[in-house]
Amino acid sequence: MARKIRAGIIGPGNIGSDLMMKLLRSDKLEVNSMYGIDNDSRGMQMARENGLKTFDNGIDGIYELIEDERPEIIFDATSAGAHQHNSKVTEELGIRMIDLTPAAVGPFVSPSVNLEEHIDQSNVNMITCGGQATTPIVAAINDVVPVDYAEIVATISSESAGPGTRANIDEFTETTADALEVVGGAKKGKAIIILNPAEPPIIMRDTIYTIVDGDFDEAEVVKAIRDREKEIQAYVPGYALRQDPVIDGNTIAVYVQVEGAGDYLPIYSGNLDIMTASAIGVANRIAEKMLEAEEVAK
Amino acid sequence: MTKKVTVLEVALRDGSHAIRHQYTVDQVVEVTKGLNEAKVPYVEVSHGDGIGGSSVQYGMSKVNDIELIRAAKEVSDFSKISVLLLPGIGTVEDLKEAREAGADMVRIATHVTEADVSRQHIVAAKEMGMEVVGFLMMAHMAAPEKVLEQAQLMESYGADIIYATDSAGALLPHEVTERIELLVKELNVPVGFHAHNNLGLAMGNTLAAAEAGATFLDGSARALGAGAGNTQTEVMAAALDKAGYETGIDIFKLMDVAEDLVAPIIETPQIIDRDSLTLGYAGVYSSFKLFAQREGERYGIDSRDILMELGRQGVVGGQEDMVADVASQMAANK
Repeated sequence: MARKIRAGIIGPGNIGSDLMMKLLRSDKLEVNSMYGIDNDSRGMQMARENGLKTFDNGIDGIYELIEDERPEIIFDATSAGAHQHNSKVTEELGIRMIDLTPAAVGPFVSPSVNLEEHIDQSNVNMITCGGQATTPIVAAINDVVPVDYAEIVATISSESAGPGTRANIDEFTETTADALEVVGGAKKGKAIIILNPAEPPIIMRDTIYTIVDGDFDEAEVVKAIRDREKEIQAYVPGYALRQDPVIDGNTIAVYVQVEGAGDYLPIYSGNLDIMTASAIGVANRIAEKMLEAEEVAK
Repeated sequence: MTKKVTVLEVALRDGSHAIRHQYTVDQVVEVTKGLNEAKVPYVEVSHGDGIGGSSVQYGMSKVNDIELIRAAKEVSDFSKISVLLLPGIGTVEDLKEAREAGADMVRIATHVTEADVSRQHIVAAKEMGMEVVGFLMMAHMAAPEKVLEQAQLMESYGADIIYATDSAGALLPHEVTERIELLVKELNVPVGFHAHNNLGLAMGNTLAAAEAGATFLDGSARALGAGAGNTQTEVMAAALDKAGYETGIDIFKLMDVAEDLVAPIIETPQIIDRDSLTLGYAGVYSSFKLFAQREGERYGIDSRDILMELGRQGVVGGQEDMVADVASQMAANK
């Protein structure tokens, strides 16, 4: 059997546990360790039940592993603050870091837009849920006609907005707005997030408005958006346009919903699922490249 | 015994919805001057959805709201300038600009069950030395005990005043009384109330709130606000006076502001037309009215049916994109 790339997860919360479930199915990655702070937490218990080694001293637990056991790719599902230390450790040990926190130490990566450009970076950042759901569409439009302004509205169920998001909601709006420019290619980006407490919880929705510069072929723009939708579906199956894009003069509105895969998180948590699914998409591609390099070296 | 209440004028903020955020500097300056002379204690100036609200989603401001805030501050030596901020739309950075432009007070607004997203902004505003209001929107969507729980969160973050806000104009007088009485009893800070007139109850509800102990009351001159508008400030000043409340407002001067300066700005009469009434009946955020009319026209659907469906789906403030979404789904299912 072909060798798999070893992977580890820092942060056994909702995101970390969902990552683990997805990694257990991967044919390129084998998840072998979980780094947390409380050995008795549900996430740590679940990790052990699935055969992972667990460490309650966070990333520093990695020093207890011999080199051949250490993960080659690490996912950080903690917080921007904790990421500062975590990324220093992975940097020192030469481990590839996929950062799901808002720290943005490494470049923003969206699998369907700019992964190849950043594939050799030691640390890549997964933006935000809203960023993963919307920047690829903005980039697809921008490939056809220059986008002057991109604005997104992410609506998520209150249930799926964790304490980190709630304590620093500006971080979401500011990071996502940046990514609309850096990844989406818009000259100016703006992001809005709404929490909806309806029961049963609503599925994540994103509305993407772009104002484009100059004349364009409507059919070509719609095709670019639909093609991008399919590319995203390859790694986030629950991603779908709710209707055809609505074009009104120079303004294009795209309505999207993201249903989660229901691995560890409930299906309404499409906002969390798109982060974990995108991170796995990035990790799979990095692992593929690492394995290819090994083949060549042989 | 005369009881003191503080009136906050929102025509230059809530009224922004009704004129699609097209306020000019001149309009804001003239109205603010008049309100200042009429001794209205607070004047709120912002995009309808708060600072940073200018967007495709809610409508682009004709003039950046920071510029409007600065212009208002320059002509008011009595009235304090308030701004609105909705976390998720506006940011602490926006607030710093507003503060620098002269804003004295900020009202941090969240959906009635989501108060914990306001901590970041309340704390930042206090650090900037501002007076801070916790503004719980869509208060009809939560039971009084839930409103209290969320109000206590905002109080714990440092809010100086807490509002129960009837954003949909859906509350009945006894429901206002229940909410305000509980807040007044359990909180250690003053309580405020903000009404919309979609069910024709804005004035009555405001009096009920005052009766229940609210000491901050919102109004809009000539009722210029989203949906059927707010409690008409000049009417409120007169009614409160008759009911034995002291507002400090020069009622005749305020009437003149409403009639001579605000009335000419109004594009469509602030009456309870069928769409405004449906807002209150369905319990939908008042600024959805113009969007429902636009999408109704686009898809050939009665705007009232769109509003009723939005109410059924439990859509909250800020979800204007859902109006187009729901309308297109309804058209597809016709």
